[in-house]
Amino acid sequence: MATATEKPRGAQTHPDIRSYGEVNEDILQMLSRPGKWWWVLLGMSIAGIGLLAFSWGNQIINGIGVSGLNTPVGWGAYITTFVFWVGIAHSGTLISAVLFLFRARWRQSIYRAAEAMTVFAVMTAGLYPLIHLGRVWHAYWLFPYPNQRLLWPNFASPLVWDVFAVTTYFTVSSLFFLLGLIPDIAAARDQSKVGTLRHRLYKAISFGWRGTDRQWHHFGKAYLYLAALATPLVLSVHSVVSWDFAMSIVPGWTTTIFAPYFVAGAIFSGIAMVITILVPIRKIFGLEKYLTTKHFDAMAKLCLVTGLVVFYAYLTEFFMAWYSGKPSERAVFWNRAFGSYWWATWIMLTCNGIIPIMLWFKRVRYSIPALFVITLFINIGMWFERYVIIVTSLSHEYIPFAWNVYRPSLTEMGIVIGTFGWFFFWMLLFIRLLPPVALAEIKEVLPPPMRPKKKEVAR
Amino acid sequence: MSAATGTAREGLLASYEYLDSTVDTITELREKGFEEITAFAPFPEHHIEHALGYHHSPVRLFTLVGGLTGAAAGFAFTVFTSMDWPLVTGGKPIVAIPAYVIPAFEMTILFGALATVIGVLYNMRIPDLKGDVVYDPDFSSGKFGIYVTAPPEQMGTVRSILETHEPTQIQTDPKGRSHG
Repeated sequence: MATATEKPRGAQTHPDIRSYGEVNEDILQMLSRPGKWWWVLLGMSIAGIGLLAFSWGNQIINGIGVSGLNTPVGWGAYITTFVFWVGIAHSGTLISAVLFLFRARWRQSIYRAAEAMTVFAVMTAGLYPLIHLGRVWHAYWLFPYPNQRLLWPNFASPLVWDVFAVTTYFTVSSLFFLLGLIPDIAAARDQSKVGTLRHRLYKAISFGWRGTDRQWHHFGKAYLYLAALATPLVLSVHSVVSWDFAMSIVPGWTTTIFAPYFVAGAIFSGIAMVITILVPIRKIFGLEKYLTTKHFDAMAKLCLVTGLVVFYAYLTEFFMAWYSGKPSERAVFWNRAFGSYWWATWIMLTCNGIIPIMLWFKRVRYSIPALFVITLFINIGMWFERYVIIVTSLSHEYIPFAWNVYRPSLTEMGIVIGTFGWFFFWMLLFIRLLPPVALAEIKEVLPPPMRPKKKEVAR
Repeated sequence: MSAATGTAREGLLASYEYLDSTVDTITELREKGFEEITAFAPFPEHHIEHALGYHHSPVRLFTLVGGLTGAAAGFAFTVFTSMDWPLVTGGKPIVAIPAYVIPAFEMTILFGALATVIGVLYNMRIPDLKGDVVYDPDFSSGKFGIYVTAPPEQMGTVRSILETHEPTQIQTDPKGRSHG
């Protein structure tokens, strides 16, 4: 067989990991010792879910009138946050599928957490169409089936496309996530005590995985095909979400750059969220060996590239509004920058355009605290991006008589904040129940153990 | 690679610490004519797959058929439901193919992914929770393993091959189970 090339220590992805067994020990201990910070965060997220339940309950009992939504702004904080979470969901599949196809070896340490984030972010985003319905008990009307008069939904409508795109995305990203977990759950099964509840759970959901040559062979191929399917899917989902807006004739929405602009924005916000989440996980569980500064550097570069695309799109939008000569377009963009929502627009431009400029500097990309702060700003900025796009356009359409200013009500704010609790609740459960770093794939990029040479030259 | 029916079989399970010993053992076993081998590894290892002579996986057929079914179903669904109640809006065609590409595309991906998962579970022979299997928990942590079955009179040869490559452990399995 070909001997593995011996790389110098600096060229390895994880220079401080010594053996395969060490990987299992380090990662699986995360499942056993939660620590006090985990309980504090869990308490906060359960409080968030309580706030969500209270606010949504208020809206269900009293009707959609408790929100600030009214003519002309029918899409406000709910759809903003829906798009925000769908966007967050994009980096997981990007990291797990697209970077897998590109053979980017730095993905191994982060992709499991990013995939989990994807699944939970889609679960969070999926709440918003239900919340936004008002009469949530009619939620099944969203599914494509004929009504009483046997009229089917309009498949030429972007909103129907969205149902297809988001449900497909949820199904496929969950399957990808769960399939990839099987070998690592088997490892957790082998290290847990026989007879405990945990052992029985892992035994059931590892499906009797043994790591035989046949299993690995088919597993590897299936993983490749799923990655190849997920890659066009991830690009299509946020394109479809952008067409919810771009297919209309609302000024500020009806542009052809929306699909690539939204996809870049989704990846930008998603990578930022991955960094925001991984920094505390690395600190709390002591994963410095697995998430090295090199990994953060690579993620920061991806953030920088997509951030530049997004900033370029902002400038293009403003330029095209002026260059088109259309009074309606010009008015909307003037209103964005200097009208009732000037503050939202400038938060967006500062957080997504100006602050990420710091990522050009290597010292910033290698500084974990700096990255944490910058990505927090990006998360905020990306929420405001969707707010600016949705609200400023709707409040300032073609009929000046109908112009009005939208302000989110307390109920809406409670729901928006509460869904962060919902999202982090699932994230926290995940890092305690399932191996949050991919054991098998880390081992793949470690130098394999070779027989010691018979005549070893003394160093 | 299943055990031939009618002949008695015994098995040996050897654990190895080094990848090259594992691959060399498999190569030597196959050179001497022992083909009833199952290898265990903590991660997908191409050298082991090569040594065992793997090529294509039938999972790709599942993916292809699933994807094509999804595409056909997506177009059929959107076209037939529009024809079911022909309602002209804005003088536009009733069957709007460019718009239907999107639901059809999503269904292609959905069916393709579902078929891939079904295909891979079927080919990996899991879920398999019977428990009557050859296994060592070390294989999910860091060790490589080789399980060989052969008729009892050849077990001496097998054992000597396994032993020349310095295994950490050899366990005997009097039953000689099939290689799933």
